[in-house]
Amino acid sequence: MPGEIYFKTLAQLQEALASKSISSVELTRDHLDRIQAVDGRIQAFNSWDEEDCLRQAEASDERRAAGRIKGPLDGIPVGVKDVIAVRDQPLTCSSRMLEHFVSPYDATVISRLKNAGAVLLGRLNMDEFAMGSSTENSAIKITFNPWDTSRVAGGSSGGSAAAVAAGELPVSLGSDTGGSIRQPASFCGVVGLKPTYGLVSRFGLVAFASSLDQIGPLTRTVGDAGRMLQVIAGHDPRDSTSIDTSPPDYSEGLAEKKGPWKLGVPQEYFAEGLDPEVKAAIEAAIDWYADRGCEIVEISLPHMHLAISVYYIIATAEASSNLARYDGVRYTHRSDRAGDVVDLYFKSRAEGFGEEVKRRIILGTYVLSSGYYDAYYLRAQKIRSLIRQDFTKAFAKVDGLLTPTSPFVSFKAGEKTRDPLAMYLSDIYTISANLAGIPGISLPCGFNSQGLPIGLQILGEPMEEANLLAIAHSFERAHDFTDRHPNPAPPD
Amino acid sequence: MEYEAVIGLEVHVQVKTESKIFSSVGVGFGAQPNSLTDPVVLGFPGVLPVINREAVEKSIKVGMLLNGSIPRVTKWDRKNYFYPDSPKNYQISQFDQPICSGGELEIELKGPSRNVMGEHKTIALTRAHLEEDVGKLIHLENESLVDFNRAGTPLLEIVSQPDMHTPEEAYAYLTALKMLLIYGEVSDCDMEKGQLRCDANVSVRPVGQKELGVKVEIKNLNSISGVRNGLAYEIERQIQVLEGGGTLAQETRGWDAAKGMTYHMRSKEESHDYRYFPDPDLMPVRIDHQWRDRLHASLPEKPFDRQRRYFDAYGLPYTLTSVLISDPELCHFFEEAAKRAKRPRQAANWIVNNLLGELGRAGLTLSESKVFPDQIAQLVNLIGEGVISKNLAKERVFPEMFKTGDNPAAIVQARGLGQSESAEDLEKICSEIVQANPDAVAEVLSGNKKAINFLKGRVMRATRGKANPALVGSLLEELIAEKG
Repeated sequence: MPGEIYFKTLAQLQEALASKSISSVELTRDHLDRIQAVDGRIQAFNSWDEEDCLRQAEASDERRAAGRIKGPLDGIPVGVKDVIAVRDQPLTCSSRMLEHFVSPYDATVISRLKNAGAVLLGRLNMDEFAMGSSTENSAIKITFNPWDTSRVAGGSSGGSAAAVAAGELPVSLGSDTGGSIRQPASFCGVVGLKPTYGLVSRFGLVAFASSLDQIGPLTRTVGDAGRMLQVIAGHDPRDSTSIDTSPPDYSEGLAEKKGPWKLGVPQEYFAEGLDPEVKAAIEAAIDWYADRGCEIVEISLPHMHLAISVYYIIATAEASSNLARYDGVRYTHRSDRAGDVVDLYFKSRAEGFGEEVKRRIILGTYVLSSGYYDAYYLRAQKIRSLIRQDFTKAFAKVDGLLTPTSPFVSFKAGEKTRDPLAMYLSDIYTISANLAGIPGISLPCGFNSQGLPIGLQILGEPMEEANLLAIAHSFERAHDFTDRHPNPAPPD
Repeated sequence: MEYEAVIGLEVHVQVKTESKIFSSVGVGFGAQPNSLTDPVVLGFPGVLPVINREAVEKSIKVGMLLNGSIPRVTKWDRKNYFYPDSPKNYQISQFDQPICSGGELEIELKGPSRNVMGEHKTIALTRAHLEEDVGKLIHLENESLVDFNRAGTPLLEIVSQPDMHTPEEAYAYLTALKMLLIYGEVSDCDMEKGQLRCDANVSVRPVGQKELGVKVEIKNLNSISGVRNGLAYEIERQIQVLEGGGTLAQETRGWDAAKGMTYHMRSKEESHDYRYFPDPDLMPVRIDHQWRDRLHASLPEKPFDRQRRYFDAYGLPYTLTSVLISDPELCHFFEEAAKRAKRPRQAANWIVNNLLGELGRAGLTLSESKVFPDQIAQLVNLIGEGVISKNLAKERVFPEMFKTGDNPAAIVQARGLGQSESAEDLEKICSEIVQANPDAVAEVLSGNKKAINFLKGRVMRATRGKANPALVGSLLEELIAEKG
């Protein structure tokens, strides 16, 4: 196969495998070599098992030789955020707490990947328990940005974004609770899709905030995001919050010309704190859509300014309960300095959890406490309904909303670690989609003067991923942003 | 001063289902420790609960049997607390939208004697909610072990109002509740297996006082008599404290059945803040009209309603009905027999007094009985038609039925036990016996009435015991009178 294999799209690799111009073993070995070559600087992977990967690839090649391929991903290496359960693989959540935990079962998305023939290549780094926006909260390692290894990859799915950007993987899975797929995708210059809440099963996704978490793909192109979504989406009886409908064909509408659309620009997203270069890139994208005949409508989302507060009440409340099971009694880290059982809880959790996780558990415990519940949790739920209504009203007028994914580009490692509030603001444009349960995609829309990628976020109506992908795809194929790749070599 | 106790009961009943409340693993008792588990039951990272329809349906049925109100929508909440028997350190329970609100339970207090029905009362209920059971801790000398087999078993908590005043009422409440749950096929209510568990709240106050006294919760009441005895002790203890000028503290006490006393476990200050909030992993369950109607149509007749029907329809005496209604299977057996038996009351008698007695002696249950309801009906009818006497039925026919399961008519036929078919034949035999025994006849005529027994014996021997003794007696009397 001609050209650098590392930066091929999923679609190109599918074709190469189908035409037998490359085998899955070759493809897998090439990516393992690439990981060997660059991951020391990127640190996207928590773990991988070379032998196991090659075994999977061999099995795929045998299937293909026998004319019995399992599905669209047969032979394709896929990386998985270390928060999604794969049977017999580590499931650390980048936490000391689960450092030695090996999952005894497959997440539903993993069963679907396996049924589609994917080669599961390894475990990708993240902020501990998906809490963070830079992957600096990982207890295992910091993942660096392939465009500038002194900068962060974003988070919490930093490993999933950086690995794809650095050519270590063609596609990966991440999870998005407040922007954890879209923000790192934007920092690393790849495509990240957060589906509608309930479209992709959460069974096997270690819960951070159950009512906000969603699994989604990180890919090189919008089309690839649709291809991955096709495999992982659909009803799962093991997840009560899973929506009981069959997903449409996401590839439809990507080939032919669609639109023009009516697109909304929420004023609240262009207020204070938005980096001027980011702002300029987003405005240029908006102009491009307008030039293409799309009607651009100014939209107001009046409760936007409450989104961060509401998010940090609901997410931490749920997290405080979800993370209670990590207690030192069974499969978690257990303190060897503990006396009685209460002491065991205190010491194991003090040692096993990092600072940010503890901060959120304490906050969540507080907002659920008797006497505070009504003032915080209940009130936050009410405002959450208002935020949802804001979007319902907006989508009565427009087909999609155009916004920046993050107010700024990737920042220097260590720059915001001492200021949690500044860190929380990285997600200001992404979290309301989780609160409302709507889908959102981030795709590259330019580079700043330092050559760092900028992400355009498009938000859509619930279950309208096909439409969202079509809007994003029309922009992508008119530009060459996805053809540019970082060269994560040491800068000497 | 006269004191009055105020008692409320919290009953936990394991709802009998195929699988656990939030996973497909089976439920059971006495299995190898931690064998009835899966990643969901064990609360491994990433797992999600899915509600068990059977558990919800059975709980709604209980709510309906208790005349409670079933909401249009019910939901589940997380009750957060750390304890090693809880796999997730939160229990999925119901907080503000339980599966049943309000309701009441009809109870029967002990009557003045076994044969006389006691007073009936209605006890008001607060609610019933459906939650998951926790695992079990096994404490060894230097370590503790956890068995999660019980974890995730559906558990329905039925909470009464503080509406009872004596340990006997509490006893009657549990007896009635147990019977209702067995009727509804919700649980076998085996307290030894932990299928039914009870905590009691009790306070005392001077008679006439409106305000409630200081409430004490009693735990570890492991049997229905344990509830009665524990309450009796605790009420007496509270009265003594007050009489002695002391004050009571709100606390949780345990019942030590061996020592026959309650002991301090924890005080109110140590109580938890459970931080309830709606479980985001579960959707609220909507209970629509069709579902409600279907469940309503499947409700069994309630025990006391059945008892009243037995009085009215069959004229059964209280003692028989109280034995019958304690066991729905027995009621079914009786009603089947009653369909064919010309005298249903006799059928009830045979079942309660003879069949149950024999089964008890043989150590068998009703389902192991070789005698079927139809055969009881046949037996009753054979007696009614005068084919066999009651005595013969009891001494020879029933024991053989019990042993072999053969039909009573077949036994009568095979053993030649049928009473003479025609009165003429018997009259002929009696006449011959009278002719052949002039001495005995003379003795009867001379006033020795007992001498007739000799003649009766001769007739019975001649008929090989098949004759109806009463009939023989009157025939002989007639014939002797003719001689005189």
